[in-house]
Amino acid sequence: MNALRGFLRAQRLGRRAVSLLHRFQSTLVIAEHANETLTPITLNTITAAKRLGGEVSCLVAGTNCEKVAQELSKVPGVSKVLFAQHDAYKGLLAEELTPLILEIQKQFSCTHICAGASAFGKNLLPRVAAKLDVAPISDIIEIKSPDTFVRTIYAGNALCTVKCDEKIKVLSVRGTSFEAAPASGGNAAIEKISAPAPVGQSEWIEQKLTKSDRPELTSAKVVVSGGRGLKSGDNFKLLYDLADQLHAAVGASRAAVDAGFVPNDMQVGQTGKIVAPELYIAVGISGAIQHLAGMKDSKTIVAINKDPEAPIFQVADYGIVADLFKVVPELTATLKK
Amino acid sequence: MAAAGLRAMVGVKRVIDYAVKVRVKPDNSGVVTDGVKHSMNPFCEIAVEEAVRLKEKKLVSEIIAVSCGPQQCQETIRTALAMGADRGVHVEIPAKEYESLTPFQVSKILAALAKKENVNLLLLGKQAIDDDCNQTGQMTAAFLDWPQGTFASEVSLDGDWLKVEREVDGGLETVRLKLPAVVTADLRLNEPRYATLPNIMKAKKKKMEMVKPSDLGVDLTPRVKTLSVEDPPQRKAGVKVETVEDLVAKLKEIGRI
Ligand SMILES: Cc1cc2nc3c(=O)[nH]c(=O)nc-3n(C[C@H](O)[C@H](O)[C@H](O)COP(=O)(O)OP(=O)(O)OC[C@H]3O[C@@H](n4cnc5c(N)ncnc54)[C@H](O)[C@@H]3O)c2cc1C
Repeated sequence: MNALRGFLRAQRLGRRAVSLLHRFQSTLVIAEHANETLTPITLNTITAAKRLGGEVSCLVAGTNCEKVAQELSKVPGVSKVLFAQHDAYKGLLAEELTPLILEIQKQFSCTHICAGASAFGKNLLPRVAAKLDVAPISDIIEIKSPDTFVRTIYAGNALCTVKCDEKIKVLSVRGTSFEAAPASGGNAAIEKISAPAPVGQSEWIEQKLTKSDRPELTSAKVVVSGGRGLKSGDNFKLLYDLADQLHAAVGASRAAVDAGFVPNDMQVGQTGKIVAPELYIAVGISGAIQHLAGMKDSKTIVAINKDPEAPIFQVADYGIVADLFKVVPELTATLKK
Repeated sequence: MAAAGLRAMVGVKRVIDYAVKVRVKPDNSGVVTDGVKHSMNPFCEIAVEEAVRLKEKKLVSEIIAVSCGPQQCQETIRTALAMGADRGVHVEIPAKEYESLTPFQVSKILAALAKKENVNLLLLGKQAIDDDCNQTGQMTAAFLDWPQGTFASEVSLDGDWLKVEREVDGGLETVRLKLPAVVTADLRLNEPRYATLPNIMKAKKKKMEMVKPSDLGVDLTPRVKTLSVEDPPQRKAGVKVETVEDLVAKLKEIGRI
């Protein structure tokens, strides 16, 4: 009898330990922003963070980012916005942000630290993880439990499920795999964090951003992409005209970037951007493994290519085997009607 | 520092060749690697090329090429030597242990070696095309407490500082890093050269040192466990349409436009 009671008690304690664990789950999301505006991938990351169970806090660090902190405080599910403003955060250098995050981690002991798997997140998080002496996990596409995640390897050709036993899980999140959290309805407190002393081993000098009125590539609903088949930068105008009819963003293959048709930040693929729009139109793109890695999760894929053997047709829902210089203007004209 | 030339170390990884379509093992423990063509990770080639160019400009005095892994990694190091690296270091890790190795351990090894070899510039690729982690450079920089210039598309020396143009989501940005520093190469940093036959022959005579992770005080205990590796969901076969009208009608039908 005593033994049974003991056993039941142990079981109860065990259960309580588990629920405590769940209750004390807490996630810090590092917000990405450009001066005045929040970068959309942060909202997708918050959705992933909420899925971990437990409290979600956001860190907004920068030189002039009060507006972004305000914006984040309205995102439902965010319980606290930590706000750190200092000149040292100009350009959001990893060398300067890391000590700040370590300081916050010391204070709040989060179980998870995440950011979107953008150039910003990829640059920063592994540095933070190393300083915490834990192995980070990149570009997760699914959360199975607070310690088990799915990510792709080999250019999206295999799905790898990993279990992470680290005391702190440091994760970058694939934006296209999680919905964006709603932008309003929440009411989080904003808490000022004082910045640790600047490190001063790196300095941000300048940026040359590609200006465009089109939607941002990674969050656009429709993407029109061009490859080597476009033959010149001037011919990309055909794609811009088509994109205008569809309110689409314009992407490119590496061949198009290498040939100088378009700037590098338009590259879609394993080593460029990952997109998953509702509609992806690949024009004059053969569909190499490395390109498919960046667009294979699009809801509908259309291929316009004159080579019927092009691998892109193996993933396209609709394909036209024809000369793009004929099809694209025709498509634009039909859509104008 | 610049006057005497920088001492550079380059990390090179052996991976399944980028043109190979990988196959998942039936037991879901990984992908098939036996009998599959391997070569140097393309981003590592770019890192080696950049080091060699810096040496040709007399900004770098010596280039050490390092690879961590089983015996076959020596071929990868030889390739780096044939491209112009001066000597190699092979950090021997038996195949079995190598399977569960992640950038965490590799970074610790590289950091320890960078200190031991007294280098002040570490060049790596921005990511390996097998694990797609994009972590090693950043973590090594952290372990060394050095600044990092990731996704570099241009590197130049500016006294005791390194100027790095980086590929970021919106375009390009330029940062300045106080040496010693870590740089990870993006695809557009340069066009790697082919190793010529005479250089391949010369590379055979270059020195290659063997070390063990334990010699460097690095523990290889796995931190992340792979539970399974599976095929991604296959897309349903599509249809070919004959005309633009047809295409537009189809897309309207399913509500995409
Ligand atoms: C390490 C590494 C990383 C890489 N990362 C990426 C990446 O992130 N993204 C990426 O895209 N690539 C990447 N690549 C490159 C990739 O392997 C391919 O070389 C590239 O995607 C090819 O681009 P493309 O399809 O535009 O060119 P091609 O393969 O040359 O295809 C051009 C296509 O256009 C068609 N065409 C030509 N003229 C016409 C016409 N008039 N009308 C209709 N069709 C026409 C042709 O039939 C052909 O199918 C990477 C490669 C490496 C080694």
